[in-house]
Amino acid sequence: MSVELDVFVGNTTIMDKEVYQLWLNGYTVNDAVKVRMEGGVMEECEASAEVLLSDTMDQFRTFQMCERLLQNPAKLANQLLFQIPPDRQAMLIERYYAFADAFVREVLGKKLSKGTKKDLDDVSAKTGITLKSCRRQFDNFKRVFKVVEELKGPLVENIRQHFLLPDQLARDYAAIVFFANNRFETGKKKLQYLTFQDFAFCAGQLINNWTVGAVDNMVEDMDVDLDKEFLQDLKDLKILIADKDLLDQHKSLVCVALRGKTKVFNEMETNFKNLSRGLVNIAAKLTNPKDVRDFFIDLVEKFIEPCKSDRWTATDVNLYLTHYTNSAHILDSFKYQTVWTRYMGVIKSCILRMYHE
Amino acid sequence: MPGKLKAKVVAGRHLPVMDRASDLTDAFVEVKFGTTTFKTDVCPKSLNPQWNSEWFKFEVDDEDLQDEPLQITVLDHDTYSANDAIGKVYIDIDPLLCSEAATVISGWFPIYDTIHGIRGEINVLVKVDLFNDLNRFRQSSCGVKFFCTTSIPRCFRAVLIHGFVEELVVNEDPEYQWIDRIRTPRASNEARQRLISLMSGELQRKIGLKVLEMGGNAVVGYLQCFDLEGESGLVVRAIGTACTLDKISSTYTAAIVQNLSNSSPSKDMKDSPQAVPSALGCRSTHSSPVHSASSRLSQGFSVSVPTLLFAGMKNRHRSSEGPRARQCRAGFGEEAPGVPLSSGPPTPLRAQTFSSFSPSKSYSRQSSSSDTELSLTPKTAPPLHHPDFWLSGQTQRARGMGSGGSAGKEAGPLKALLRQQTQSALEQREFPFFTLTGFPPAFLLHVGGVVSARSVKLLDRIHNPALGNTRSYKLLDWNSFTADEPETRDAWWEELRQEIKSHAKALGCHAVVGYSESTSICEEVCILSASGTAAILSSRFVQDGALDTDHRLSRQQASVFTTGAEKGEGVMGSSASLGFEDVAPPACGFCHIPYDELNMPFPAQLTYCHCCRRHKVPDVLFTTIDVPTEANVTGKGCLIQARLCRTKKKGQGEGNATAISNLLPFLEYELHTQLLNKLKLRGMNALFGLRVQISVGDTMLLGLASATGVYLTALPSPGGIQIAGKTPNDITYEQHISNMQKKINDTIAKNKELYEINPPKLFTLDPDAFRSINTEFVEEVIGSPIPEPRQRSRLFRSHSESSDEVLELDLSHGKKDAFVLEIDDTDAIEDIHSLLTDAPTPPGFYSCNTEIMPGIYNWTSGLQMFTSVRVFRLSNANLTNQGLNKIFNDLCENLLKSLYFKLRSMVPCCLCHVNFIVAVPEDELIQVAVTAVAMSFDKDQSQENGRQSGDKTLMKAITENEEQLQFPLELSAESPSNPLSCAKGLSEVSGPLPSARAPSVDHSSFTDRCSSWIEQLRLKAHTIRRGSIKTMSSLEKASPVPEGRSRSLRSNRSCPGSSITVVKMTPLSFIPGAKIIKYLGIINMFFIRETTSLREEGGVSGFLHSFIAEVFAMVRAHVAALGGNAVVSYSMKECVFMENPNKNQAQCLINVSGDAVIFIRESELEATPSQTQSGNVQTSSNGEGT
Repeated sequence: MSVELDVFVGNTTIMDKEVYQLWLNGYTVNDAVKVRMEGGVMEECEASAEVLLSDTMDQFRTFQMCERLLQNPAKLANQLLFQIPPDRQAMLIERYYAFADAFVREVLGKKLSKGTKKDLDDVSAKTGITLKSCRRQFDNFKRVFKVVEELKGPLVENIRQHFLLPDQLARDYAAIVFFANNRFETGKKKLQYLTFQDFAFCAGQLINNWTVGAVDNMVEDMDVDLDKEFLQDLKDLKILIADKDLLDQHKSLVCVALRGKTKVFNEMETNFKNLSRGLVNIAAKLTNPKDVRDFFIDLVEKFIEPCKSDRWTATDVNLYLTHYTNSAHILDSFKYQTVWTRYMGVIKSCILRMYHE
Repeated sequence: MPGKLKAKVVAGRHLPVMDRASDLTDAFVEVKFGTTTFKTDVCPKSLNPQWNSEWFKFEVDDEDLQDEPLQITVLDHDTYSANDAIGKVYIDIDPLLCSEAATVISGWFPIYDTIHGIRGEINVLVKVDLFNDLNRFRQSSCGVKFFCTTSIPRCFRAVLIHGFVEELVVNEDPEYQWIDRIRTPRASNEARQRLISLMSGELQRKIGLKVLEMGGNAVVGYLQCFDLEGESGLVVRAIGTACTLDKISSTYTAAIVQNLSNSSPSKDMKDSPQAVPSALGCRSTHSSPVHSASSRLSQGFSVSVPTLLFAGMKNRHRSSEGPRARQCRAGFGEEAPGVPLSSGPPTPLRAQTFSSFSPSKSYSRQSSSSDTELSLTPKTAPPLHHPDFWLSGQTQRARGMGSGGSAGKEAGPLKALLRQQTQSALEQREFPFFTLTGFPPAFLLHVGGVVSARSVKLLDRIHNPALGNTRSYKLLDWNSFTADEPETRDAWWEELRQEIKSHAKALGCHAVVGYSESTSICEEVCILSASGTAAILSSRFVQDGALDTDHRLSRQQASVFTTGAEKGEGVMGSSASLGFEDVAPPACGFCHIPYDELNMPFPAQLTYCHCCRRHKVPDVLFTTIDVPTEANVTGKGCLIQARLCRTKKKGQGEGNATAISNLLPFLEYELHTQLLNKLKLRGMNALFGLRVQISVGDTMLLGLASATGVYLTALPSPGGIQIAGKTPNDITYEQHISNMQKKINDTIAKNKELYEINPPKLFTLDPDAFRSINTEFVEEVIGSPIPEPRQRSRLFRSHSESSDEVLELDLSHGKKDAFVLEIDDTDAIEDIHSLLTDAPTPPGFYSCNTEIMPGIYNWTSGLQMFTSVRVFRLSNANLTNQGLNKIFNDLCENLLKSLYFKLRSMVPCCLCHVNFIVAVPEDELIQVAVTAVAMSFDKDQSQENGRQSGDKTLMKAITENEEQLQFPLELSAESPSNPLSCAKGLSEVSGPLPSARAPSVDHSSFTDRCSSWIEQLRLKAHTIRRGSIKTMSSLEKASPVPEGRSRSLRSNRSCPGSSITVVKMTPLSFIPGAKIIKYLGIINMFFIRETTSLREEGGVSGFLHSFIAEVFAMVRAHVAALGGNAVVSYSMKECVFMENPNKNQAQCLINVSGDAVIFIRESELEATPSQTQSGNVQTSSNGEGT
């Protein structure tokens, strides 16, 4: 004796938020039933395990049928098959495109290719997120990437419109797309302490200031690729470290401004040349794609780590970077003010974000 | 009368990729009507093609307009090979033929393919120009309105109710044609879909003609069914009630109409020497095969048990069916049939008093008139306590031999029984049947009880080999080839209806209401069933030849009304009509027995009505209709189901039919007993909406009876249930029994509390006063007769001998006797067990299978229609009846539990119109499909004063409110703010109604309910959409009617670009908190879906899930295209599912129907007239807000 067939179809599609989450998390029906039983929904409604199983199965099936539409959220609003209230549609989409921070840290900056997808079982094992869920999240990244790749206009706005995502989620996706496109290295051990949100913040900074879109907003790929001209111009900044006079002048200006304002003044003074060399070298190398990928590692190695070992506080770093940036403007012989501002603005906010005490 | 049909193909979207190379599609469209086809241009390489075609014009006969659907095929153009079909859309243009319904069909239709399901959508515009006055010609019936709703549709008023219309058409099933072997499954399916569409159209046209003939303009309670008879063909049949309806807003004009009874041969039925049974006993008729020589066999029987008459039939040999239907009817009328109703002792107690009839006796009597041996005697059946099965040959029945065998017993003269029948036009009717279940007030005078008839038939093989091959779609030709075919089917139903009619007569009633017909087919055996409720109707709506026209007209003029009451003539009208002395019966009137007290057709304990104290009422009342609005109900009602499974041997042909018909009476009887037990267990005394379904399979018979139990205040309080043991010396056994007894008593008490049954104990015959004399077990004395003991298990038995005499004496005084369950074997224990294990509905839930639940009035707009299907595989073929019963019972119970769980977020809510369809699709499969609607209501019922009168008035107020809001101007003038306060005089009675009571959603009522996620969402949505659309629950994004407005609302939401109208669906005839302002036409759709990749589609469940979702989507799309925003009276009539997992294949057929309507939220309606401008401002600001 067995239930051969068991379906429930409502005129308004019934979806339980909790079950949806279990489905998104990649649970099997049986596991989901277990979780639900533990959640106490049975006592609440006098249901039996059988009932719960039937309900879970049914909802999983519904979600599966909806999945095709969720992959193209604009269709969800236009389709006739499921009658879903708009607020529920928005919830379905938002949750479908939500991702786990643990997962995204693993694939951030990696090429969204089949190869990466094959490695997802490792990711799954490492993060404890089910493979199914990993695949969904990965496919989401890839799908968003593919769609916005071919679109003109601002990245975040494109994502928001195409996938009907809320603003914050759209920004996160923009970061993921941006990282994937530029293949930034984020997986190295030294970068492990950084969260996705740290990177997403930096990505936002980069997108808003360093891409083509930052100057011209109707170009293809405008927000995905860094502004090549700008990168080229960054080479000019080398003068700050190459010219001995300039370097000394810069240092003294910064030291004057900092003196007495921080406990680590001595360390700042001694490290100035090192740190400055580090930052300017990063700028000068960015024309090379390989060095672009190492951008974050370089920031950590060349700046954050030295500061940390000297026990700078975030305030110290802020103070230092502010004066370091501003002082360059006072240098008479330094002519690349615009590039410098554009460069240091991003560097400063990135470092501050990445500087965890 | 020709008409011009115009169609325009605008665009497509979401088309599937048909060309793998380009990932695109070169789509074009063929538009076909009849034999004419137009094509659009190819729109190359697009999945969202814009054709924007010219108007394709078809100049056609209106007959074709009614029969044919507009057929739209979307194809992919292929230069080198044949064009691939993407899918089709069938558009029924019937709604356009009616001047008052839709004027244009315009919208996105899902493109449907029977193999792939929905594949994108197409935007089409359809219009019809009819050249002439619609009703001038009669070969077509354009303009006749059809309604699935089984009451007078809201926004119409019944001028006249003409009566029963029926028709059936027959064709060969394309699935069984030789060509099916070489064509693709897709071609077969499409042939079938198209054929059924054609047949439905034809059927509707023919019924329309009959209606016009009768002088009506509408069919209400239109019920169309398909019988897939396999090899022997396809039958599409329909019944309905012809009416003359008047739009309420239009000025009243008395229609001058032809009476049906005038045109049909009049029959003087009252002279029929009807066998009048004695006051007691289980009546049954059984007929045996008479012409055994013939290859055609049918079996029937009829059983009548208290308050329930089951009839059956008759072995009919097709070839013996010589006389054509009409003749047969006439013959019947003239010959004045002796209805083979016999009566038997209902209780052993009676059996002792009178002679008892054993099955063997019945059998011998029967066999004398039959040459086929039938054994009705169950092996274990004791001769005692056997319901008296009266068997008689069907053919003889009409010759008046029916009562022969029991002459001594049945002494009551027929005339006495008929004495109270009024002379009305009804009696001259061929079939005074009404498919309505809800009636205009004062139409229903008395209700007798359920009458039902079944007949087992063998289906014909088609004897015309030349036929199958060539003419698959030519309906008319078909008839000429096998001219007798439709007549045969006609005649079958004819017999059944005659049976029903005679049963109604036996109950002293001249009409049958809540009438319906159904079939169950298993290979070549077909069970035809018909059932209804015997009733006496007021002649008010029935044109009566005897009344002079002026009088009638004036009377109607003065008392115009519709269901509930309309506001048109309005404010005064209905209260005035209620005050009518000559017509308005007391609210308890329908409970009063219509039959003669001295010659009751079945055993019943009569008492004086608890309301008026003047008339007699039965102890229990079973009906197939909805609870009349005027009924006084104590507490709340609940869904009651009796479920039964019986194994049967595999058989063929006649033998099989005989076996089935032998089983039927037992099945029917046990179902009835179960119902009665469960009713008592809930402390209730009446059943409404009773629907007994018998499904036949190869190795088993399934019986499912569903009804809504209520406590009618007018009827006596039901007694308890007593358990008696057979071996009283065993102490442990006795203990066991007393435990069980305690359990039962507890359950009854608990149920009374649950359903709030606290009848006023005014009656002098208070049950407590009549505590049983001799047993400590009896909790209460009961008003019901002891039903006939079951033959096999002898579950139900009367008191011990000692008490019999005492009770016997008391019977004449209307004393109630006890209801006893005797446990004498494990079988019975299990039955009692199952009785007790019927799980109560979880807190916050109610369920019923009628339109609304008595006792719940404050519905919110939360509405969720659903269909759930389960198929159960029995792994063990050698199951016993008990085992089967348990499985079947569990299946139904679990299904209900699942539904409650699924819908828990709507609590407090009521599952209304719960409709179960059971089937045995294969040997070891049981299929149960449920369609119902969950409606949430306001739990805050503190305002309820709990008093009967208050309740009743409230109920009325609400029902009337539905009607009244039709007239916004009047409404606003009367009470601009509270929709309920305009419930005219009645609201005064019920006192000022707090606004929380209003059907609209009140914000505060939500705050304490947002325990769950959906609630929160709802609340959120609610808060967002304050103002004029505040009643919209987000659970179903309701769109107000004006499309522009709803669109603007939607476009501002999070999902831009959506242009999909939200369409509500409900099996009920109304939408709570809303006013139906227009009926757009009937929706009647038939779909086939097939797959050859079952596993890939998610197995059987995945396959059926998407199919049902697709069906819903297509219904919604068609309704939206007609300009509607809801389907009312929606029902799924057929869900035939077949699978072959080994071949990875499955096929499913679904037939759905309903009425497309436009509704407006009451709150909007309220706002519109008084403050149109501010209303608009509100809406637009809402739009911005969201």
